[in-house]
Amino acid sequence: MSDNHNSASMQNHIRIYLMVFGALGVLTIITVLASYLNLSTSEGIFLALIIASVKASLVLGYFMHLISERKLIIWILLITVFFFFVMIFLPLISNIDHAGDPAQWWEVI
Amino acid sequence: MYSNSNNHDHHEENFIQKYIFSVDHKVIGIQYGITSLLFLLFGFSLMAIMRWQLAYPGTEIPIVGFIFGESGVLASEQYNSLGAMHGTIMIFLGIVPLAVGAFGNYLVPLQIGAIDMAFPKLNAASYWTYFVGGVIMISSFFMPEGAARSGWTSYPPLSVFENGQTIWLISMIFLITSSLLGSMNIIVTIVQLRAPGLTWMRLPLFTWTQFVTSFLLVLAFPPLEAAAVLQLMDRVAGTSFFLPSGLVMSGEIVDVAGGGSPLLWQHLFWFLAHPEVYVLILPALGIVGEILANNTRKPIWGYKSIVYSTVFLGFMSFIVWAHHMFLTGMGQAMSAFFQTTTMIISIPSVVILTSYFLSLWGGSIRFNTPMLFALAFLPMFGIGGLTGLPLGLAASDIYLHDTYYVIGHFHYVVAPGTIFALFAGIYYWFPKITGRRMSEVLGKLHFWPSLIFMNGIFMPMFIQGLAGVSRRLADGGVSYAHASGVLQWNEFMSISAFCLGLSQIPFIVNIFMSLFTGEKSDRNPWKSTTIEWAAPSPPLAHVNFDSEITVHRTAYEYSVPGSKDDFIPQTES
Amino acid sequence: MEIPYVVEEREDTGLINSKLGIWIFLASEVMLFGGLFSAYIFLRTAALPGDFERWASELSVPMATVNTMVLISSSVSMVMAWASLKMKDFSKYKMYLGLTILCSFIFLTIKYFEYSGKFSHDIYPSSNTFMAIYFTLTGLHVLHIIGGVVVMLYFYLPISHSMWEKQPEQFTNRIEVFGLYWHFVDLVWIFLFPVLYLL
Repeated sequence: MSDNHNSASMQNHIRIYLMVFGALGVLTIITVLASYLNLSTSEGIFLALIIASVKASLVLGYFMHLISERKLIIWILLITVFFFFVMIFLPLISNIDHAGDPAQWWEVI
Repeated sequence: MYSNSNNHDHHEENFIQKYIFSVDHKVIGIQYGITSLLFLLFGFSLMAIMRWQLAYPGTEIPIVGFIFGESGVLASEQYNSLGAMHGTIMIFLGIVPLAVGAFGNYLVPLQIGAIDMAFPKLNAASYWTYFVGGVIMISSFFMPEGAARSGWTSYPPLSVFENGQTIWLISMIFLITSSLLGSMNIIVTIVQLRAPGLTWMRLPLFTWTQFVTSFLLVLAFPPLEAAAVLQLMDRVAGTSFFLPSGLVMSGEIVDVAGGGSPLLWQHLFWFLAHPEVYVLILPALGIVGEILANNTRKPIWGYKSIVYSTVFLGFMSFIVWAHHMFLTGMGQAMSAFFQTTTMIISIPSVVILTSYFLSLWGGSIRFNTPMLFALAFLPMFGIGGLTGLPLGLAASDIYLHDTYYVIGHFHYVVAPGTIFALFAGIYYWFPKITGRRMSEVLGKLHFWPSLIFMNGIFMPMFIQGLAGVSRRLADGGVSYAHASGVLQWNEFMSISAFCLGLSQIPFIVNIFMSLFTGEKSDRNPWKSTTIEWAAPSPPLAHVNFDSEITVHRTAYEYSVPGSKDDFIPQTES
Repeated sequence: MEIPYVVEEREDTGLINSKLGIWIFLASEVMLFGGLFSAYIFLRTAALPGDFERWASELSVPMATVNTMVLISSSVSMVMAWASLKMKDFSKYKMYLGLTILCSFIFLTIKYFEYSGKFSHDIYPSSNTFMAIYFTLTGLHVLHIIGGVVVMLYFYLPISHSMWEKQPEQFTNRIEVFGLYWHFVDLVWIFLFPVLYLL
């Protein structure tokens, strides 16, 4: 980043960093408290990942300056995230055809 | 600003700085080139030994037979080792370092008019990491356990318990790291260091393909690195990432926690290994594009479609991987999805190949050695690509999976495909790198037999595969009745392989001879348009060019109506 | 001749080389940890219902929560270190960088107690697939922290300070670029924590 950050705008940035710090702390506590709610597994996973994503967005956006970053970087990240989800979720398509399989089928034989 | 004596603020470099730990991309490119060519030769020899066994089972291997024991005959574990290491070495120590590490590092900065890569020290680090990884990989032959023998695909559970895998995995971690460092460098270099006026649509196809290839390497290799760590832990820390419960070995239940999945390895492995095959072919496509344009004296037909197809191909390559897993019982939904994406990905490849064929129409073709190899590439890659189609369709793959048909398919693409393109590139850019030309006579003596014998080795593989002969059989299929009708091809293929080896002698002689006595070359012997030809031959240490580089034109302005010459360099206004 | 765009941005991309480079490296790291997360999902769906929750109950949520706060704090101190350099305050930079290093050591210490606690109860990566992926994911993460500490020590100690004197902008950029890596390490933990400890 070129030196368009004079002292006043840096002070502004610092205020934001501290606010994000606070928010992250609060969200961490919420994450832990949420784990004590009696949610089903998939609801629990969903909620935990939502909260984690919010925290991640704050770190990405403000600490890593993505909020004011160049398009090229954003695009590279979006493509990466796309392939990340492909890698994580595509293998799970198998479950469509294997939903009825007994677990530990070898013990059944 | 530019001057010949550019060591103004550089200290005089000693031998180590200049040739061993150099950060100059040209030195590093040559280091990659020499190392990878030696590995290619070694990997070829491994295959030659295997092919002797297949042609003359039970007979002593000539010359090197003593390595394999008293009888000089390969035991099946040794055969499997040679097979696994042949694949691993050719792909990871041979082709990729040559296509990306050597050609990419040497030429990308020159083709974009830059003085070096964006991160010269990182570049040197990537070479030395590759070198160390290569040494580790080869050292596995000398370990008491022996070299890896579970295929280059290293499938668990076998690979978790078989010999030689630990070193293989450690070596792969080094090689993957080297690849990551190198490809990062290439991406930043192309994005940031293009000379003024070099817009994206003026980039030569070689640079475009290096760019897309590097993205594939950056995003696809890490899951394999993760998987390699997991397999290493299964071997060394007793984990069960890939070991299912109830696993029985030699009649006994294996004492592990279980609960793991062999399929997990296959998913993570092929997530890389499919993009990997596009890593193998894209640089070759780029090289062929350069040479075709240059030797037809015409712009490449459909430059824009080729660029878009290359990018689309790169993107699609990430979502086809499970076509290597059609027979794992993963289910119809998965198979249908991956079969569809696989069919779709054939489209951009066809667009590129067709554009190259169309580029020949109406050209003033010069049949020099690089052009011969580039021309031969086209139908050879065509055969390779077409034979991939029945493999990409789940129904036909049921029959053809893991047969010699597959081996024929992928070798056509990589051997008379990629390797021919790399040969073409060596003949083409040799004058730029060394300032001397290679012999055309020796070049043709290299080309014609190579073309004939490549087909001699790989065409019969389709016949054997269609008859049902499985791959990775140490006895070549002798113990299977259904193979008996086609096994006579083994001798034919093996003799072709040995002759292919002999056909490389003119090439090796040519390189060494031309280094010392080759005809001296000026800076643009092929009368080419791209920027690397504006540099002296060889380019200046550390700064490459002896004048300012500004780009005014697209990449292939050949035979422009009204121009004085039949080509206009990109740098000419 | 120097390689351009080390300090001043290239006009059409608006980036310096090292910033683009680190983001691409981070993209590869996303895929690396992604591979391991994919393994986690695979192994969890392959396990019997309830198995993973049962095995995961061995983990200490309080220790991990403290570690989460420690790492988030280190991220804040890291960005403050960079901000101090932008405001040309070298001693503040050293203070914040020192805080970041301290936080890292606290994190590593807590992790050491976590691991040794497991081992003393005979819980190893080989015990079950959950522990296997737990140790691997957090172990790889720890290696990244250690790598970061090594780099931070280099930037903290006087070896690197000559660059601040001669080329302050380039030095500041290096800290920013390292900061991006460090925030990424924090990001990974932000996901690791709920996935491994809470679900």
